[in-house]
Amino acid sequence: MAIARFWREIKQRYKGIGVKCGNCGEIFFPPRDICPECRRESYKKMDEYELNGTGEVITYTRVEDPHPEFEDLCPYVMAIVEMDEGVRLTGHIVDVDYDDIEAGLEVEASMRKLGEDGPEGMIYYGYKFWPIDSRRGE
Amino acid sequence: MRDVAIIGVGETKIGELWDRSLRELGIEAGLKAIQDAGVRGEDVERMYIGNMSAGKLIDQEHVAPLIADYAGLSHIPSTRIESGGASGGMALSEAYKAVASGMNDIVVVGGAEKMTDVGEDEAKKILSSTADQEWETVFGATFESLYAMMARYHMDKYGTTREQLAQVAVKNHSNAAKNPNAQFPRETNKDFVMKAPVVSDPLGMFDCAPLSDGGAAVVLCPVERVDEFEGEPVEIVSMGEGGDTMAVHEREEIGTLKATQRAAEMAYERAGLKPEEIDFAEVHDNFTITEIMAIEDLGFFEKGEGGKATEEGKTELNSEISINTSGGLKAKGRPVGAVGINQAIEAVHQLRGDAGQRQVEDAEYGLTHNMGGTGASAVVHIFGRWS
Repeated sequence: MAIARFWREIKQRYKGIGVKCGNCGEIFFPPRDICPECRRESYKKMDEYELNGTGEVITYTRVEDPHPEFEDLCPYVMAIVEMDEGVRLTGHIVDVDYDDIEAGLEVEASMRKLGEDGPEGMIYYGYKFWPIDSRRGE
Repeated sequence: MRDVAIIGVGETKIGELWDRSLRELGIEAGLKAIQDAGVRGEDVERMYIGNMSAGKLIDQEHVAPLIADYAGLSHIPSTRIESGGASGGMALSEAYKAVASGMNDIVVVGGAEKMTDVGEDEAKKILSSTADQEWETVFGATFESLYAMMARYHMDKYGTTREQLAQVAVKNHSNAAKNPNAQFPRETNKDFVMKAPVVSDPLGMFDCAPLSDGGAAVVLCPVERVDEFEGEPVEIVSMGEGGDTMAVHEREEIGTLKATQRAAEMAYERAGLKPEEIDFAEVHDNFTITEIMAIEDLGFFEKGEGGKATEEGKTELNSEISINTSGGLKAKGRPVGAVGINQAIEAVHQLRGDAGQRQVEDAEYGLTHNMGGTGASAVVHIFGRWS
């Protein structure tokens, strides 16, 4: 991915910053320039909103035929997570036994390395998820 | 609005066609369709080409005029339509509007994709780019994994089973075995499907459609002029299009294809038909789970009953509703931008009554369902036997 294209979304990917519609109060992640419900009434009224970072698994899969850029991690677990604020994200779940995952599993987001453009290229960071229970033991 | 008919169809064999180029595939399909229609090159006023990603797959943009040129029609306007996997169906809907509106009379609408000029990993990456690159694939999601998560959700919520998913592949291979243009014209069995290597749990290799090369074309004509040409007409009764969120995680319900529901509702309403009046359908089975969701969201079965209906044989050839008589994307093949046109061609064969061993008895109405990406765009056409 082009450096500028990734750099533009750093705030969202590193810190989980979404937006809240100044018109109806609905929270969105990733940020949207207009609220799909309020549309023009919300333009320029979408305020930054930081997600608290916890949520629960809605659905999941173990990827055994990986995206070429994630080959080193294969097999890896992907999930759709519903955050406490109601928004949903797609990301890895790490430090988990696949057989222990089920819908409803509570997870916490943290910033981790996603990939890199070769040994000398840019490193991409973003959120990944951990089961909250596995973090308590640390 | 005028009534519109398809008067000619043509398609190439689908497969890994190492010796054929995109332009050759487009031309073979187009010439076959024009010949079948009995129109001459001079009659053709307009062309639309469904194509997902020639820019990335063969490093060539602007492919519609290229195909028109090599078909000897460089003087007519031609436009490429892109809507991910729904490119072919959307090209057909644009052509339909052009003829229905009275803007054009004879329009050729084709679809073509050349997927094997890049390596398999590269082709899959390009296919994945029909999902949201910035909020899905950048985090490691593959195209297959997004459908796998829909499958897991559908299994958790509705009790759909692994066996039911496998049965979709078994049925579609069984239909493809009767289709000479299919990429995989052979039967398989449930055990073989379930033992195939896992791609993204619960989906295995036999739950996924292949990467294919192929071309397909149809000729559209206003119903008021069909008598001027030799081609045997089939009526396009109606068309509907729908949209949904780009990312799977933003869907209202992850196990429901909302764009498909919207497209189908529009098509049924315009046609004045109900789902139970449809005799057969070609649905977008890019994965086995997609067929199960599609037959629910198109209204053929109650939500959550698609897996059970498949297991009970209700979607087999000449059962309650014949689904994917061609073999579908799964076994007839998936030349992405051509798929929507391949589906329309199957509908024409069924309604002309020349589908051979896979003929649906007394077919009066058929439906095609073509979907882009993970379901953010969908288009439905309903076809009717000529009367």
